[in-house]
Amino acid sequence: MHILVCVKQVPDTTEIKMDPITNTMDRSSATTIINPYDAHAVEEAVKIIKQYGGKVSIISMGPPKAEEVIKKCIETGADEGYLLSDRVFAGSDTLSTSYIIAMGIKKIMEIEPIDLVFCGKQAIDGDTAQVGPGIACRLGIPQLTYVEAIETFDLKKNVVVLHRKIDNGYEVVQSKLPCLITVEKDINELSFSPLTNMIKAARFTPVTWGFNDLSGDLIHLGLKGSPTCVRRIFPPKQRAGGELLKGSEDEVVKMLVDKLKGGIRKWQI
Amino acid sequence: MADIDKKYSGIWIFAEQLEGKLASVSLELIGEAKKLAYKLNVQVSAVLIGDEVETIIPTLIHYGADTVYIIDDPVFHFYRAETYKSAFCYLVEKYNPEILLMGATTTGRDLAGAVATTLKTGLTADCTALDIDMEEKILLASRPAFGGNIMATIVCEGHRPQMATVHPNVMKKPIPEPNRTGLVIRETFSIEEESLKTIVLKIVKDIAENAKLEDAKIIVSGGRGIQNEHGVTLLNELAAILGGVTAGSRGAVEKSLIDHKRQVGQTGQTVSPKLYFAIGISGAIQHIVGLQGSETIVAINTDPECPMMKIATYSIVGDALTILPKLIVAFKQSLSEITNLDFKNVNHDMKGVITVE
Repeated sequence: MHILVCVKQVPDTTEIKMDPITNTMDRSSATTIINPYDAHAVEEAVKIIKQYGGKVSIISMGPPKAEEVIKKCIETGADEGYLLSDRVFAGSDTLSTSYIIAMGIKKIMEIEPIDLVFCGKQAIDGDTAQVGPGIACRLGIPQLTYVEAIETFDLKKNVVVLHRKIDNGYEVVQSKLPCLITVEKDINELSFSPLTNMIKAARFTPVTWGFNDLSGDLIHLGLKGSPTCVRRIFPPKQRAGGELLKGSEDEVVKMLVDKLKGGIRKWQI
Repeated sequence: MADIDKKYSGIWIFAEQLEGKLASVSLELIGEAKKLAYKLNVQVSAVLIGDEVETIIPTLIHYGADTVYIIDDPVFHFYRAETYKSAFCYLVEKYNPEILLMGATTTGRDLAGAVATTLKTGLTADCTALDIDMEEKILLASRPAFGGNIMATIVCEGHRPQMATVHPNVMKKPIPEPNRTGLVIRETFSIEEESLKTIVLKIVKDIAENAKLEDAKIIVSGGRGIQNEHGVTLLNELAAILGGVTAGSRGAVEKSLIDHKRQVGQTGQTVSPKLYFAIGISGAIQHIVGLQGSETIVAINTDPECPMMKIATYSIVGDALTILPKLIVAFKQSLSEITNLDFKNVNHDMKGVITVE
């Protein structure tokens, strides 16, 4: 089985500092990491390959520095890595990004067929969850998003049965292969990488493809190929502050209870 | 652009349903679409796809849909991206709406991504505010970005329809008008089941844990400041006395004190209760975006300067572990007086609240 995992290098949004005047991200303050959901996708792919045999390839789009996240995936146990990197890709929105990644995947498929494409459910910088469905759509394969468990593979029938999270529960879905799966963190626990993988990763260089290596059309790329654009950025609206209750602990507790008890009585019913 | 504007008109919302039950975000979308439609002087339509879902039509119209497009066929019994995408794109290409809104639920986001890619148009995810640029007559879709650190307003100038998914529980549901009438357009769109690649084998429903948090009127939420299991016990006890539910911030979830399904915030759930207790929560922006819709916020924290204390309706400086027991005693006393007087013969089926006979 050949599993391809799409990964993204993202700024660690829990560490981001914003410049309050320009409303831009202070890039020097942000460390980059593998998108946490993608890490679980790689883990799952490696786990499946251990059971069913085959290999795991990684694809990422980004600046040359994004090579770091591909190396990280090699540590986890991936076998191959492809980086799509070109200045003309910059400024792509989700529609354009799915176009570029789908082109890369099609090129890999010419080298060797792919049975499964994995993605994280969304990236923590954009939080759109749109690129996964976009890629599936462009490849013409089923999309199975928000997957929290894979039940079985039936390689004879060429199907997978899995659990897809829905609001208020999950659905059990069967899909033909190849298909694209986006994963929730619940799907597995990340494990520690064995030392041999770390050594392999240190020496690893991914295959890098630019626009000229792919058979695409420039009008679908970057800013030109992106229907959406950011009109304005602004700080989130702050709620107006309220009242600081002052006094001894017993006094403030009494003050609070007096203020709230009427409301609570109403809301309970 | 002028050609685009002539060809495309009206605002559509996706009426999401599961086994005949309409998702409440769909009604929130109608309310929001009405406001935008008023500014553009156009109509609001709802798209209803499913199997035996005719009964939902009146609800959509009462809440404000001018037209309901319905495709009703057994093949649409369960949501599947491959079937719903085809049906939806068929309708869009036939009727050309200028704006298309869906709930940012797992189903809505799954469908929106597929539809936008098929139609090669722009889609903005998980919006928390929508408006119209009155000069250009285009949709202004605003959403938190970079983990809630900033808000971004995104536009789609040259492509139609302009698509957005909208965060549930942010927009207000309109007040239904039972006498309202509307147009129903029934379309047929059939797909051979044999030609499909996916089958939904079954739906397994949670014991409604998540729904309870979303619908809760009172939420008692803890962060790092609740420190340990003892703190959690106190949190649960206060929630029980108030008839509320327990939740937590990412800090508490990461310390394994609170289950991640009960996390409030950007990566967790968005809540809009009447009363939100933020106990030992400093108020990182990712957390605050999840509770902004709360009516009253009470913050208890040792740090008077933390963001949570600045936005709370009432704030108390102090250690959660010493204040919580006092609050529990005080509420127990004051609410038991009320219970004895007023709670006789009160019956309601909201889960998590005790029924008093």
